[in-house]
Amino acid sequence: MKQKADVLQGTLALMVLKTLDVLGPLHGYGIARRIEQISGDLLAVNQGTLYPVLLKLEQEGAIASEWGASDNNRRARFYRLTREGRKQLQVETQEWEQTAAIIGRFFEAKAEDLA
Amino acid sequence: MRSLRRFLTRLFNLATRREQEERLREEIEEHIALQTDENIRAGLPPVEARRQAMLRFGGVEAVKEDYRAERQILVIEPLVQDIRYAARTLRKSPGFTAVAVLTLAVGIGATIAIFSVINGILLKPLPYIQPDQLVDLTHIAPGVSLPEADAAPFLYFTYREQGRSFQSLGLYHWTSRTVTGLTEPENAQSLDVTAEILPMLGVQPALGRWFSEKDDAPGSPLTLVLMHGWWQARFGGDRSVIGRHIIVDGISRQVIGVMPASFRFLDRDAAFLLPLQFDRNKAFLGQFDYPGIARLKPGVTIEQASADIARLIPIALHSFPPQTGLTVKEFEDVRLGPKLKYLKQFLIGDLAKALWVLMGTIGIVLLIACANVANLLLIRAEGRQQELAIRRALGASWRNIARQLLMESVGLGLLGGALGLGLAYGAIRVLIAIAPAHLPRLDEISMDPGVILLTLAIALVTGVLFGMIPVIKYAGPRVATSLRGSGRTSSQSRERHRARSLLVVVQVALALVLLIGSGLMIRTFQGLRRVDPGFDPHDALSLRIAIPASQVIDPVDVIHMEQALVEKIRAIPGVTSVGLTTGIPTEPFRADLVYARDKSYSQSTPPLRWLKFVSPGLLGAMGNRLIGGREFNWTDTYERRPVAMVSENLARELWRDPQLAIGKQIRENLTGPWREVIGVVNDEREDGVQEKAPATAYYPLLMNEFQSNSVSVQRRVWYIVRSKRAGSQSLLSDVQQAVWSINPNLPLANVRTLQEIYDKSLARTSFTLVMLAIAATMALLLGTVGLYGVIAYSVSQRTREIGIRMALGAQRTDAIRLVLGEGMLLTLIGLIFGLVSSVGLTRFLSSLLFGVTPTDPLTFAGVAALLALVSLAACYIPSRRAMRVDPMIALRYE
Repeated sequence: MKQKADVLQGTLALMVLKTLDVLGPLHGYGIARRIEQISGDLLAVNQGTLYPVLLKLEQEGAIASEWGASDNNRRARFYRLTREGRKQLQVETQEWEQTAAIIGRFFEAKAEDLA
Repeated sequence: MRSLRRFLTRLFNLATRREQEERLREEIEEHIALQTDENIRAGLPPVEARRQAMLRFGGVEAVKEDYRAERQILVIEPLVQDIRYAARTLRKSPGFTAVAVLTLAVGIGATIAIFSVINGILLKPLPYIQPDQLVDLTHIAPGVSLPEADAAPFLYFTYREQGRSFQSLGLYHWTSRTVTGLTEPENAQSLDVTAEILPMLGVQPALGRWFSEKDDAPGSPLTLVLMHGWWQARFGGDRSVIGRHIIVDGISRQVIGVMPASFRFLDRDAAFLLPLQFDRNKAFLGQFDYPGIARLKPGVTIEQASADIARLIPIALHSFPPQTGLTVKEFEDVRLGPKLKYLKQFLIGDLAKALWVLMGTIGIVLLIACANVANLLLIRAEGRQQELAIRRALGASWRNIARQLLMESVGLGLLGGALGLGLAYGAIRVLIAIAPAHLPRLDEISMDPGVILLTLAIALVTGVLFGMIPVIKYAGPRVATSLRGSGRTSSQSRERHRARSLLVVVQVALALVLLIGSGLMIRTFQGLRRVDPGFDPHDALSLRIAIPASQVIDPVDVIHMEQALVEKIRAIPGVTSVGLTTGIPTEPFRADLVYARDKSYSQSTPPLRWLKFVSPGLLGAMGNRLIGGREFNWTDTYERRPVAMVSENLARELWRDPQLAIGKQIRENLTGPWREVIGVVNDEREDGVQEKAPATAYYPLLMNEFQSNSVSVQRRVWYIVRSKRAGSQSLLSDVQQAVWSINPNLPLANVRTLQEIYDKSLARTSFTLVMLAIAATMALLLGTVGLYGVIAYSVSQRTREIGIRMALGAQRTDAIRLVLGEGMLLTLIGLIFGLVSSVGLTRFLSSLLFGVTPTDPLTFAGVAALLALVSLAACYIPSRRAMRVDPMIALRYE
């Protein structure tokens, strides 16, 4: 259970960073919507799980937040990527691609390759 | 690095907790609002749009929990939460909390108070440089039946010149001296010292200088160092006092220094210090009037120093001439030996034992208090079983519940500790007020950081200790979390009772131990009060007047003045008799040998006897009884007739029958004139009623050829004034007027009633008795309350069972018997354990007891019966409730 949640959190964090990198400052709902649009079902049930992840990233210094006005002119918290976050995104993207590549190769491997 | 940052932010979050919660709430609100808007745009009706938005968001509380978990430091925040929760539960049941906290406060407060006393008196080092090198130079003298003997000038010179173990050593002497020329004449306490004493202690003077070797040399100009208190009182702290001259005993002395306020020599106050100025050329064997202290060389043990002294004593005996009229052989027969003690040990004396007994006693009270609170907690936890079960069912781990229960008990412990600290503060004040006046180092008793730290430790330990019992029983990992009916609908199992019953048994046993202890002390006190002290302590005043040679030189004139004083004081209305003596109970005595003419002393030296020099009329004033013969009269005194009186026990020892003593002859050395025994006086207990009366020889105030003085006269004597007005200020001022009408330069010193002196001799016993009685009362009270609580609770839990029994035909008396039986069984077991432990424990009291054995059957039986009776009462009250149980009502709730 716990392990699965960790994996989810890890990927979610990466998604948040990437979203902010591409789209610039966004409020929580905006981030959730973008991730939903791109990832499909992953967040469909529990948009709320995003908030603990945002807090974690903020505490690590990868993102920063401030109050601003939302589209319908209400107070909303806007998150933006920091310099450190950008670095973190680069590192983690690389790591992720590496991992993905390795895992991918494993999945493609056939019995005779492993023998 | 990243996790460190996270940690620091979290630390910060702790402070901004409320703000953060608010922020999350707002963000969630906004999130759902935005989603709702979008859903409406997609065509959903508003209510459904909001519902869908919330569904998509997921469990808000779960998100909040995660969010918090992310934010907080895992250990601290739940702890804070637990503390809040504990505080809330305790606040919600103020009655329980008050009883528990008060019980603990009493236990902890008493423990802290006694510990502060022990800390101040026994544990703190003496306020001198390297106090563990300081030893007291007491000697033993088995040859003359004296328990201890002080040092003497001839020993001082020998030790100083030939000793190998000492860095330095010095002698001192307490005496009172008359100061004139300031305002009123004053009898001030003087501490006479050799030059080594002050540098040895290492306390620098606040002003001026110490005595130098030169000040202490005979023939040097006379000097004086003031103590701080007297300097403040008599000179208002005037710094220009250095160099001034003060008249002490009629002789002018120059002030050379002032000691700091913090300096105190051993445990007595003095007005000033004088140099002793011993003359080596005039030193002789004798003069054992000077206590001494020494500083051991580093690494030298007290045993090595004792061996050194044992080596030096024979050398000393052959290096100086004997006192006139005595021989070196007589001094050898004294068998002088070393009895070195560390200075602190010397100061504390036998008090340590009484104090540790007290500490143990109070520790027992604390244990009983803990047992009581544990019992309360158990009963509470039992009532809360359902609540705990629900919490388990809702997902709280047993660790969480245990932590919370512990937090409650630790909270109680800390509250009790804080209140106890306050109580202890008050108790110490009271203690200092009621403590024996001569309790050493009383001024060292205070509450220092160590004591406060100890309180905290005790509070925490007790909190955890009594908190563990309900935790183990109700929050352990294997405890079933059944939600089935509460205790009301099912009757009690024996199992559940066991912990509480055990606590009650322990309480009863401990209370019995303490009660027996105080019972023994009460019997001791009674025993002491029954002892005839040999004098009449009621309605008599004692005070001391000294006539210095600087005022009256001629010895006969001194007696004239003393007689005039006696007559003048006796003329005061209400005064029935007046007498003079050089020795009164509990004050230091003079001692010398007594040879009887009809005995042979070729083999050995006779033992030392107390000496008293008394005036006519003393026996009546003191309330002594004449066993035979007659008392001195003024003619005996003025004509310096060779007469003496002896105490009854001395007469019996020398001549078997007091009546046979009359007409016998005695003398104090081998060369003096024989003195005829003309009277026998009853024995007087001089050192407290628990000590045997010393054998005493009585001589007149004025004598020829006594102790090799051609004329011996007593200038410093106690005036015993028998009057119903004793102790009143009016009598004292009448006496003062009477004295000053004869000589305006005579100060009155040491004014006390004989009753005060008598009470002081009982002080140590009564102090221990009061403390033990207080502890025992607390124990009895707490124990009874504990027993009552358990029985009452048991009755309330067994209402149903009793109802069924009654419905089946049991009588009311059966119900009472059921409850009483349960309580008395516990009491009985407790009593048995208590009696057995008492037999072992009262041994520690034996040195404090008088006229009663530590296992006195009467005390044991009486106290056990008392406790049984009190327990019976404690059980009877709840049993009446059991009797009133109506079977119909009890069973209706099925």
